[in-house]
Amino acid sequence: MADDIILSTAGLTKDFGGFKAVSGVDLKVRRGHIHALIGPNGAGKTTCFNLLTKFLSPTKGAIIYNGRDITREKPAEIARLGLVRSFQISAVFPQLSVLTNVRIALQRKRGDSFDFWRSEKVLAGLDEEAMRLLDAVGLGSFAGLAAAELSYGRKRALEIATTLALDPEMLLLDEPMAGMGREDVERIEALIRKVSVNRTILMVEHNLSVVASLSDRITVLARGQVLAEGDYAAVSKDPRVIEAYIGSGGDHAH
Amino acid sequence: MADVLSVEAPAGAIALAETSRGTERLHRAIFIGLAAVLLVAPYLAYPVFVMKVLCFALFALAFNLLLGYGGLLSFGHAAYFGMSSYVCAYAAKNWGLTPELAILSGVLVSAVLGLAFGALAIRRQGIYFAMITLALAQMVFFFSLQAPKFTGGEDGIQAVPRGKLFGLIDLTGDRALYYVVAIIFMAGLLLIYRIIHSPFGQVCKAIRDNEPRAISLGYRANQYKLAVFVLSASLAGLAGATKAIVFQLASLTDVHWSMSGEVVLMTLVGGLGTVFGPIVGALVIVSMQNYLASLGAWVTVVQGVIFVVCVLLFREGIVGVIAKKIGRPL
Repeated sequence: MADDIILSTAGLTKDFGGFKAVSGVDLKVRRGHIHALIGPNGAGKTTCFNLLTKFLSPTKGAIIYNGRDITREKPAEIARLGLVRSFQISAVFPQLSVLTNVRIALQRKRGDSFDFWRSEKVLAGLDEEAMRLLDAVGLGSFAGLAAAELSYGRKRALEIATTLALDPEMLLLDEPMAGMGREDVERIEALIRKVSVNRTILMVEHNLSVVASLSDRITVLARGQVLAEGDYAAVSKDPRVIEAYIGSGGDHAH
Repeated sequence: MADVLSVEAPAGAIALAETSRGTERLHRAIFIGLAAVLLVAPYLAYPVFVMKVLCFALFALAFNLLLGYGGLLSFGHAAYFGMSSYVCAYAAKNWGLTPELAILSGVLVSAVLGLAFGALAIRRQGIYFAMITLALAQMVFFFSLQAPKFTGGEDGIQAVPRGKLFGLIDLTGDRALYYVVAIIFMAGLLLIYRIIHSPFGQVCKAIRDNEPRAISLGYRANQYKLAVFVLSASLAGLAGATKAIVFQLASLTDVHWSMSGEVVLMTLVGGLGTVFGPIVGALVIVSMQNYLASLGAWVTVVQGVIFVVCVLLFREGIVGVIAKKIGRPL
């Protein structure tokens, strides 16, 4: 059943001058799953995430996506393969309008647009689809606003709409709920559930109730290594996981 | 019912379309107004002065394309401006090329120079990028100083013939030359306007706003940065070459680092990241240099004060402030 696995790593290791932030991680993400990567602070989640999205290069190990070795690919190239990431700090293009933000992603389908001699009117055909994506995340009435003027929660929604515009096969979400109020958390949670249909999602997330309700499978990292893996029920009962969380302050183990 | 709903554009899209149409109309009006002013300007002011303003305005527009829309701060734009000026002057004087071909050869050389320097500089970001561009521009300056056979050293290339445009139209008279310069300026401005409003320009603005995000959407950011760098260097070269024909002179002043600083000043005073700001900035700075020339070295002090006041009081620059007041991009 090897082709059920969309993304896998083998012995993934990142060494920062002698400190092993990530050490020998074997990760397998099944196609169609929402897979969560959790762990106490300093467990290597973010490093792991940046390795998968190629914003860092691994010291050792391999990353296989759809049967293809992407260990040495550049970040822009893996986005072209359908593996698209989000950022912890809401990543929008602040000076561009909300509509343009989404359209930038839609423009990718035109291939590399180095056509500086053409009018932007050639992009008008993308406006309708951009509006549809904005409506889907509840931002339709904000289309003309500069993205900088949106509230934090709405910026996250815009980021998701932009990501979806690429129609990625797999999404990597870096703490999608970070710094969010309760209401926004519920809205984004519903949104993630909605977009997970026919897609694979790997997310790093601190909010354990979100992880519990969304994830099909959870990998717990501690000190750069995989501590436990399984569904929420199994992982939350694992004594090593409980110890790792309590040992690091316990404030995440609600 | 469902059909009707799906055909109707959402309210947000309609409002958006209206604002952008309004902005487009405003910009068209400004372009027409500018063309009208350029048409009568030589009758109201000294043509050589207006040509000087236009050359520096084009230079500032080229710089603004890179910084305001590409987010790249080059501290060595004098290299492209000055080198193109030398090449144009040399070609017109020593090879006897017609002015349009001399200018074209200047532009080509600055494009190649921009490609080489840009490819090196875009490997680093922020202050390191600025420092690399400055260092490379200093190399061009010292080359110009040390290669008197080509550049004339301290004397520069003097008595550059204005020649005949396409071998037909005599440009010796200021009036005739003025209209050629005005056309070059307008063409440059329209090209830059088109670039920043093209699909390519949209991607550049996205990279300026948030490079990691643009990369995560699959854009090869460095290729876009290099492309906008070469475009900016070529347009700076167009300005420098035109200036060499106007003043019949190419000199070390044009490759000196203070020229790189001056273009930053013009852009900031006029309004960074605005379409028309650099033109206003160039007009202000060149006028100051001309009318305050009697103050001698004090002009630099006055410029410094203006720069500080600008940065402290209205960071958006003159045109930026106006754009904010009327609530439309200019």
